[in-house]
Amino acid sequence: MSVDLSQFHQVFFEESYEGLDVMESALLNIDLSNIDEETINEIFRAAHSIKGGSGTFGFMEIAGFTHVVETLLDLIRSDQFVMEPDHVDLFLRSVDCIRTMINQLESGETCDMELADELKVVFELLLDGEKVSGVSSKTDVSSDGVHEENTGAQGWQIYFKPELDILRTGNDPVRMFRELSELGELSASAITNDIPAISGIDPEACYMAWNLTLWGDATEEQVNEVFEWVVDDSELSITPLLLGEESVEAQSEVEKLAERAATEESKSAPELVKETVSQEPSELQKATPPAAAKKSASNTPALKKEAKTESASIRVGTDKIDDLINMVGELVITQSMLSELGKDFSIENMPKLMEGLEQLGMHTRELQENVMRIRMLPISFAFSRFPRLVHDMSKNLNKKVELVLLGETTELDKTVMERIGDPLVHLVRNSLDHGLELPEKRLELGKDETGKITLNAFHQGGNIIIQIIDDGAGLNKERILSKAIENGLVTGNEHLTDEQINDLIFLPGFSTAESVTDISGRGVGMDVVRRNIQELNGSVEVESTEGEGSIFTIRLPLTLAILDGQLINVGEQVYIFPLVSIVESIQSHDQMIHRVSGGCDVLRLRNEYIPIIRLWEVFNVKPEYETVEDGLLVIVEGDNIKVAVLVDDLLAQQQVVIKSIRENYRTVNGVSGATILGDGTVSLILDISGLIKLAGVGRDSYKKINDSNDNEAA
Amino acid sequence: MNNETDSKLEEINNELSEVKADEPSDQYLTFFMGGEEFGVDILAVQEIRGWEPITPIPNAPRQVLGFTNLRGTVAPIIDLRLSFGVKDISYEGSTVVIILSIQTEREAKIMGIVVDAVSDVYNFAQSHIQPSPELAQTKQAQYVKGLGSTDEKMVILLELTEQLIADSEVVADRQVAGSNAS
Repeated sequence: MSVDLSQFHQVFFEESYEGLDVMESALLNIDLSNIDEETINEIFRAAHSIKGGSGTFGFMEIAGFTHVVETLLDLIRSDQFVMEPDHVDLFLRSVDCIRTMINQLESGETCDMELADELKVVFELLLDGEKVSGVSSKTDVSSDGVHEENTGAQGWQIYFKPELDILRTGNDPVRMFRELSELGELSASAITNDIPAISGIDPEACYMAWNLTLWGDATEEQVNEVFEWVVDDSELSITPLLLGEESVEAQSEVEKLAERAATEESKSAPELVKETVSQEPSELQKATPPAAAKKSASNTPALKKEAKTESASIRVGTDKIDDLINMVGELVITQSMLSELGKDFSIENMPKLMEGLEQLGMHTRELQENVMRIRMLPISFAFSRFPRLVHDMSKNLNKKVELVLLGETTELDKTVMERIGDPLVHLVRNSLDHGLELPEKRLELGKDETGKITLNAFHQGGNIIIQIIDDGAGLNKERILSKAIENGLVTGNEHLTDEQINDLIFLPGFSTAESVTDISGRGVGMDVVRRNIQELNGSVEVESTEGEGSIFTIRLPLTLAILDGQLINVGEQVYIFPLVSIVESIQSHDQMIHRVSGGCDVLRLRNEYIPIIRLWEVFNVKPEYETVEDGLLVIVEGDNIKVAVLVDDLLAQQQVVIKSIRENYRTVNGVSGATILGDGTVSLILDISGLIKLAGVGRDSYKKINDSNDNEAA
Repeated sequence: MNNETDSKLEEINNELSEVKADEPSDQYLTFFMGGEEFGVDILAVQEIRGWEPITPIPNAPRQVLGFTNLRGTVAPIIDLRLSFGVKDISYEGSTVVIILSIQTEREAKIMGIVVDAVSDVYNFAQSHIQPSPELAQTKQAQYVKGLGSTDEKMVILLELTEQLIADSEVVADRQVAGSNAS
C-alpha cells in the first residue's frame, strides 16, 4: 500500500488496549450459568477489531493469534460451544498475551510467541474437539504460516470470490485490484457464471469472482494486505507462480479448484454461502504448496527500531469539547465587541468598556477552568484494573475476596492518575496477600469467609483521598517492631507510639512476610509506594486495628497544573504560598515572640507556640525588614506542623499555573515549582514542608518547643 | 555480478562521505569568555538572547544565576564564565545568553548560558578536532570535546552536560550571586 501506515500505529495500539480492557471486564462479568449474548458479542467485537487492525498494519503474530480466539468466541456466540470457568481463564490469559504482544510491538521489539503458541495449541484442541473442520483448517493456515520462509516466487495466482455483500460493506474490488497492480503486472479475468438473469440482479450485489495473475516480486504479505478486510467473508486463494513446471501445476490446480468453486457456488443457495466460505478456502489452501503459505514474522514492519517518542494522548468526552467551543465562541464575541468599542472610543463609553472587560475576565476564567477539566479523568480509569487483579490473585492465594469500589466518578488529573496506578496496585496486593486471612482462618475467627477489600475515593478540600480498606488481620505491631529491630531500623530502646510503629512499614528494607511470594514480600515496596506518592506532593498513612483490618489513606493534590496562590514579597523577590496552606497572617507584637533554647524563635498565638522561619534567612535574599516586628508573619501549615513565615508584605491573591522547575533544572529545597507572573517574570512557589525541613524545625523540635513552653508556662 | 556490486558500494560510500563533509552537525557556534573562544554544536543552540532580569534560585550553586521565562518555559540561566573560572565578570551590553538544549538521559533540558559575546559560526569536520590532553586534569575538562583548528585560530569545542547545574565546587559567597542576579 502506498500510504505509510506506521503513522496510525499508535492509534491502533491505543484502540487495541481499549479493546482488551473491554474484553477483560466483560469476561470478568460473565455469569456462566446464564450467559448474556450481548456480553459475548462485546468480547467478540473487541477481538474482531483487534484482529482486523493488526492484520491491516501487518502485525501478523497478533492477527494470527487473535484469529483463534475469535473463532472460539464465534462458536460460543452461535451456541456451538459451551463456555466453562476454565475457558474464561483461558480467554483472560489470551487477553494478557495479546496485551504483551502489543506492548512489545509498541516498544519496537519482536513479539515473543512462546505463550501465544502455547495458548493457541489449547484453543486448537478445543476447536478440534468440536470438530469444526473449516475452522481448524483456517487456524492451521495462520499457525503454519508464522515461521515459514518465502520461496523465490515470481508472482501470484489469486482466486478471489467476494461475498454478495462486499460492495455494501464499503469494499470495492476494483480498488483492491488497483492496489494489486501497484505491486506488479496484473492480469484479471472475471468468472461470471454466477450472474443471474437481468431481472434477478440486485444492483448492489457482487456476483462475480476473479482469477488474477500478478507477476512481480511482491511478497505474499503485500498481497494478503490488499485483501485484509475482506478475507473473512470471501473465498480467497493465493498461490505462488513459480518458473517451470511447478507453477503450471499450481496454476492448473488453482484454476481447477476455482472452477469447481464457481460451479459449486452457482448451485448453492445463498444460505449455503457461509458454509462454503468456511470450507472452500481450506481446500484451496491445502492445494497450495506449504512453502508458499508463509507470513514470515521477520518481515513485519513492526521491526523498525525507531526511537520511540512517548506521545501521551488523552480521550476527552465530546461534552467537554462542546463546552469549550461554546466558551471560545463567547470569547470571540466579547473580543469583537471590545475591538468595536476601541475603534472610536470616547469617555462616555467607559461603562461599556468596563462591562466588556469584566465579561472577558469571566470568560477567560471559565475557559481556563474548562481546559483544566480536560485533564481530569474519573478515577475509575485507575480502579478498573483491580477486579482482574483481585480475581487472579485470590485464585492464586486460595482466598475469597470481595472487591468494593466506591467513588469511581471522582475526577483526578491525568498525570496524577498515571502515577498513582502502581502504588495502588502495590497496596491492594499487599492487603490481599498480607492483610486478608485464608477462608478457614477467617471462619475460625468468626469472620465472614469472604474477605472484603474496599477502594474508596473522594474529594476533601483541594485534595483527593484514596483509601484501601481491608477487613483482614491488621498490622501485627509486635512483629513489625521485632522485625524493625532485627533489621536495625530502630534500636528498640526508644518508646514508640502505635502510630510510629505502623509508620515503620514505609521504611526501606522492611518486610514481615514469612515467605517470599511472587506477589509481595520482597522487602521493597512500601517505601517505594511512599516515595512515589510523595513525588506527587501527596502522603500515605496507615491506620490499623489488630484483628479487624487496616486502612491505607493516600492524600493527593487534585491537579498538578494549577494552584490558588498568595503572592508575597521579600525584598525584590516575589514568592507564592499555596493558598490552602495559609492559616492566617498577622502583624506581631513584642510580647508574642519568645526565644527558646536552641536559637529558634517562636510565636505565641492563642496558647500555641509556633516556630518562626525568616524567609530571607533561609533563602539568602535581601529583605526590606529583617526583624519579626517590622514584617508580617504568615502562618502556614504543612505536614501537620504550623510555622510562621516572616515576609515583607502580602501582595495579590491569584491563580497561578504551575511550571515544573525539574523539567529544565532539578528540585530545589523549599520550592515546589515556579510560575510566570503577569509581568512575565518567574516567581517561585513555596513548598511548605520542604521549607520546614530546610529551616530545621521538624516535628520533633516543634513538639519540643510546645512541651518545653508548656512547662515554662506552668 | 560481484564486480558490479563492489563498484556500486564504492559509489554509495563516496556519496556518503560527500554528504558528511557538509553535514550541519559539524557546525559550531563560537563565543568569547575571558578572551578565549569556545564553540558549541550549533544544533544544540535554540536561540541567543540579550541580558534579561532573572529570578534567583534559593541556595543554588553560584554559577546558577536563576530562572528566566522563555516564552512560558521556566529555564535556568547559568553563567558559564563562573563554571569555567573566568575572572572579571561583568554584565553589560554585549553579554548574551545562549539558550541550549542539553540532552540528558531521559529528555532534553533547556538552559541558558551567559557568555561575554558571541563570535561566529565555524565548520569543523570531525577530522579537524583534536583531543585536548592539557585540560584533562581540571574539572572543566569534562565539558571539553576537543580543540577545533581553523587556519588562523584554535577554538575550544564544548559538549555541555546537565552537570553544569550541579557543579558545586564553584559555590561561593551566595550573597554575591544574589546581588549579581538582581
